[in-house]
Amino acid sequence: MATRIVTVGSASGLHARPAALFVAAAAAQPVAVTIRTANKPPVPAKSMLSVLALGARKGTEVTLEANGDGAEASLDTLADLLVRDLDAEPADG
Amino acid sequence: MADQLHGIGVSPGLAAGLAYRVCEPPRLPAPTVVTDADAETARAAVALASVAADLDRRAASARDSTAGEILAAQAMMAADPVLLDMVGARIRDGADAGHALYEALAEFKRQFEAAGGYLAERAADLDDLRDRTIAGWLGLPMPGLPAPGHPYILVARDLAPADTATLDPEQVLALVTEAGGPTSHTAIVARSLGLPAVVRCEGATHIADATPIAVDGTTGRVEVGVDEAAIADTRHREQLRRQQLSRSSGPGRTADGHPVALLANIGSAADLTGPEADAAEGVGLFRTELLYLDRSAAPTLDEQVEAYRAVFEAARGRRVVARTLDAGADKPLAFLNFDDEPNPALGVRGLRLGRRYPDVLRTQLDAIARAAQATGGNAWVMAPMVATAAEAADFVAACRMAGLPTAGVMVEIPAAALRADTIVPAVDFLSIGTNDLSQYTFAADRQCGDLADLLDPWQPALLQLIAACTAAGKAAGKPVSVCGEAAADPALAPVLVGLGVSSLSMSARAIPAVRESLAAHTLADCQRLAQAALAATDAGAAREAVLGTALLGG
Repeated sequence: MATRIVTVGSASGLHARPAALFVAAAAAQPVAVTIRTANKPPVPAKSMLSVLALGARKGTEVTLEANGDGAEASLDTLADLLVRDLDAEPADG
Repeated sequence: MADQLHGIGVSPGLAAGLAYRVCEPPRLPAPTVVTDADAETARAAVALASVAADLDRRAASARDSTAGEILAAQAMMAADPVLLDMVGARIRDGADAGHALYEALAEFKRQFEAAGGYLAERAADLDDLRDRTIAGWLGLPMPGLPAPGHPYILVARDLAPADTATLDPEQVLALVTEAGGPTSHTAIVARSLGLPAVVRCEGATHIADATPIAVDGTTGRVEVGVDEAAIADTRHREQLRRQQLSRSSGPGRTADGHPVALLANIGSAADLTGPEADAAEGVGLFRTELLYLDRSAAPTLDEQVEAYRAVFEAARGRRVVARTLDAGADKPLAFLNFDDEPNPALGVRGLRLGRRYPDVLRTQLDAIARAAQATGGNAWVMAPMVATAAEAADFVAACRMAGLPTAGVMVEIPAAALRADTIVPAVDFLSIGTNDLSQYTFAADRQCGDLADLLDPWQPALLQLIAACTAAGKAAGKPVSVCGEAAADPALAPVLVGLGVSSLSMSARAIPAVRESLAAHTLADCQRLAQAALAATDAGAAREAVLGTALLGG
């Protein structure tokens, strides 16, 4: 099982645009990725409603997990997205 | 004979045409027994997919990027595979697709509300999603804006941001709502689009679709069931009104030449482009928050200097009244810590932030002073949420230290209005923020639609507090301006001038109608109207007294 523990970097938290970008990226991965916070069970990272319901804010530590071929690369991609401040980046992505 | 309905006119102008109501959300029918769970799940999947596609289409055609992003996020919720799994599980347990959808979304709504903050505000998106999906499942039209295929008058109980984001000003002639108030979302959108609007119009939602109606966004009158001649007459009068407004130009003044500066409310230099802003005599309210929002760290001194320079350059020597940072727990910033205030409107916000973060204010004043110096800009500065004379004096001292010669305070708290005479000696001017002053005077939350009648800027208690400010200003020889929604109401403008207000600041689009209204009244007329409004027992009576008097007195 591949694992990454990262801190949410977007100013607005894992809401709105940052959540939409993250969920879309998770859905595009070849493996099923889960995300959880310290006090909540893991949920599918490609589920917009579940990711929002985590209520992760800027600075919240989240854990990404995945199994199978390409899991490491997928988690690298998603972890990189989470640590960036997506609110501060231009909206052309 | 046409029936008359009455509401509050919140955006001036006349319109006549066929009324169409916003489609009401469907009611969930009684549960049905499901025999084929797979087929029922497939129906739910089709409903969700069509709602997602519809939201994606609306996101792509949204008027601004923020609204578009909210709709796109909602589309991703509809397309959520976990949602469909939950719905499928409930159908296998015996629910029909409608009830399964209803329960699954209610489950997420509970989680959103438990998370609090931003997510709790988004809980309404889930209700909207539920209504859309259930309408799709029942084969009913999507709740939301009608699309009769020709220009129409939009009638609704109230309008949500999701409705107005895709509202096409070419198709909508006017807005009429049964709920809402002068500071409601509907009113603000109507004014920014230049559409006549009447809110709090009782009986509006009983107007049948395709009924010809005439709307007066100044008086709040809605005539239902008008004939062809009345429609033609209304349109003709609106055409004349628009022609007159387009010819309107020059500085604000009453019929007898008493000057009243007409200024623009802006959020950034971009709001100073266009002919309407060009016609403004300056900026009466520069909301500096834009620079601070959605950031993880405070903007640096240099960044701020750059942004303020752009505004001073765009103002080309005209007065720019910059309001220092107006944030707080109701408008949180990521780089400032706010306690979980149970009542953020009454918490550490506006100037009060300086109690915790004195550097934030100091840096901002320095940046404004440097930008003004570099551009030769005519910078005025004012603090929001000032309650006492001591706070006002401290703020002015800080401005002087930064090298800003013209410093004033906003009057938004009744205490400041009641004691305006003790505040004016220390300051160069007062600016009355009528939206917050209403909220605090009437103990009525600005966001609470049910209390909109209390937040009506025609409330005599609000006018009396404005009069206290102008009396203090007059005694000390200091100007007093109004920069809330009240300033944009052409019928109220003469009243404010009659009370002694010396400048009015509003969205640039509202200036021509206010300019024409002032030009039609002498200062003595204005004073007579002000006395009539002050003497009224409530907002409706004040409006009636003034509009009646204005019509009689010409």
